[in-house]
Amino acid sequence: MVTKDTTAIALINAQLLDPTSDSPTPGGIVIRDGLIEQISGDLRRNAPKGATVIDCGGHILAPGLVDMLVYTGVPGKEHRETLATASQAALAGGVTSMVCMPNTEPVIDDVALVDYIKRHATDPGYIHIYPMAAVTKGLRGNEMTEIGLLKQAGAIAFTNGKDSIPNAKMMRMVLSYAKDFGALIVHFTEDNDLADPGVMNEGLVSSRLGLPGRPVEAEIITLERDIRLVELTGCRYHAAQISCAQSLEIIRKAKAKNLPITCGVSVNHLTLNENDIGSYRTFFKMRPPLRTEDDRVALVAGVKDGTIDVVVSAHDPKDADVKRRPFEQASDGAIGLETMLPALLRLYHSGDLTLSEIFRVVSHNPANRLGLKTGQLKVGYPADLVLFDPMTPWIVDPSLLHSKSKNTPYDNERMQGRVLRTFVAGRELYRYS
Amino acid sequence: MTIKKNKPAFRLSKPHLLSIEDLSRDDIMGLLDLAEQIANLDPHKGQKKEVLKGLTQINLFFESSTRTQSSFELAGKSLGANVMNMAVKSSSISKGETLIDTTMTLNAMRPDVLVVRHFAAGAVELLAQKVSCSVINAGDGSHQHPTQALLDALTIKRAKNRFEALTVAICGDILHSRVARSNIQLLSALNARVRIIAPSTLLPPFPERLGAEVFTSMEEGLKGADVVMMLRLQRERMNDTHVPSEREYFKFFGLDAEKLAFAKPDAIIMHPGPMNRGVEIDSIIADDPRSVIQEQVQMGVAVRMAVLESLSKRMHEQQQGTV
Repeated sequence: MVTKDTTAIALINAQLLDPTSDSPTPGGIVIRDGLIEQISGDLRRNAPKGATVIDCGGHILAPGLVDMLVYTGVPGKEHRETLATASQAALAGGVTSMVCMPNTEPVIDDVALVDYIKRHATDPGYIHIYPMAAVTKGLRGNEMTEIGLLKQAGAIAFTNGKDSIPNAKMMRMVLSYAKDFGALIVHFTEDNDLADPGVMNEGLVSSRLGLPGRPVEAEIITLERDIRLVELTGCRYHAAQISCAQSLEIIRKAKAKNLPITCGVSVNHLTLNENDIGSYRTFFKMRPPLRTEDDRVALVAGVKDGTIDVVVSAHDPKDADVKRRPFEQASDGAIGLETMLPALLRLYHSGDLTLSEIFRVVSHNPANRLGLKTGQLKVGYPADLVLFDPMTPWIVDPSLLHSKSKNTPYDNERMQGRVLRTFVAGRELYRYS
Repeated sequence: MTIKKNKPAFRLSKPHLLSIEDLSRDDIMGLLDLAEQIANLDPHKGQKKEVLKGLTQINLFFESSTRTQSSFELAGKSLGANVMNMAVKSSSISKGETLIDTTMTLNAMRPDVLVVRHFAAGAVELLAQKVSCSVINAGDGSHQHPTQALLDALTIKRAKNRFEALTVAICGDILHSRVARSNIQLLSALNARVRIIAPSTLLPPFPERLGAEVFTSMEEGLKGADVVMMLRLQRERMNDTHVPSEREYFKFFGLDAEKLAFAKPDAIIMHPGPMNRGVEIDSIIADDPRSVIQEQVQMGVAVRMAVLESLSKRMHEQQQGTV
């Protein structure tokens, strides 16, 4: 039998940030067997004998981020991102769990493919990786997948990828059927019939640039419809990425009715707006598109007041090949795993959000919604932890980012706040040097 | 008419001409003055200015064009440039090479000026960021067509001799029109009163904030207009139906004698071409004495010569710098 003391790690001299409390408190954590064994206000003297002691230097120790929306290139587009590179990027960003979207080649719409991801995700150097499965075959929106079997195989939630299910009857079927299995439906609410061939937010900027726009109505009409159907079916529903002020109103009303609804927003939509596109900068081309500054401000307020439950990176690696094109022809998507926390810290430094509010939406809430035992500093919970210094200034150099693709909208931007160490199930997998 | 020798040669403040927004008021006035001088030269008296001698101009057209391409070709050749037309259909672009790769290949051939038309908005700007020579936008998607706006302004200037307080009505497919966007910017910079007239389905979002007054009725919009500028209905850019039929469009938005009667009696009629007779303009109106459509084509060459000339000094400097 291994003596207990040598397997323990004591993280001392930290500011402990538990998302369920209002502000960080000084203290330390003892990790053993991958779990949080002890949380103490005074570990300097009480650390278990023989334990590896790590001095946190007074920096902030928080539960690792749970990113509910990540695109990788696995399977089919490994030149953009592998599970290994995504994992490295995540670690450098303090993300300890991520959910992979099924927008792959082939689409993850079959038990064997869920199994494929699960088996490839077991490398001890990786963060926790959970596959989300397609809710319709090939993400085509017209034929349901085997939700029951997929869930048994390990699909953590179900989605139709970046596209909404256009047909209301099909959506009703999906929600009714998924409810029986307690499955979570993560839906993008943008009506492509209304939004296509738009490539950015419809508005004055699109008018001036001569680019076709995607109106906010495309998002809110589908969201309204979905909420009616959730009311009808009672299925657990998560609006994957809302992007405008009007969607917040709809979500607020639905929550007032106690419907099983949550919603997410990407870090990009909280920190950037359509003006960033400037002269056709394709790294700001996303779906849903970046909206106006008024929308951004409303979304930040939505995070603060709890209307928005989850913030995601919407990490979407794309190579230069598909990004360095005229705006209309360029692919959408931006990477974000590594920059999500630093970008959100801008909202901390600007006084818009507290650290607890940030960690609620990037760690505690998504873990809860997905039913994962993480996202809290709690004895008995897995030691998925991030140690960060919210003050360190740095400049984003795309060549130093760990992701295989470099399509970051924060290209050469100034950041304040940096991840120092990341622990996954008690093992230190990242240390900033 | 002879050119004053002692006046310093006019040059644009920027190395490229990508958008009307890039032009200062001095740039605009300088270009229009220079173009007018050129337009007044007698082509038979051998007053050629070979300011582009020894320079290479490549016309890179990703979208078919007759008048703009030949106008640029003629302009370049009149100024002594070696002009090369890249036939996009037979080049590697149709073999899947990206715009950037094609651009880099062309750049390696060291042209002095690229004249580019592309079907995507912003494509010319993207290309300009990657090359070391001057770039002239000959139309990018629904974004900008600066030389068209300049030639329209010159045509208006010659007909009306002023811009201030002149009412210019731009009518038709505003949504898809780069000509409209460039013209609204240029003419409002010159203090003309710009109106746009179109069915709501052919207006871009927030049209009133583009700097023009918005009308959805020709009768109202044409009232008291000094200039009536018709636009082509761009069927090729419409992914779906914006108007139910050509005959309905002609009935309500086509320029005929009846609607034209609302404009001032001495109003001029313009069209950037190519015209769809019987769709946006009645054939008789197109050939009316008030029509300056042929003059527009003629001014096109003069304006493009002026643009090339105003960039030429920089091209020569660049060339000497690289030798």
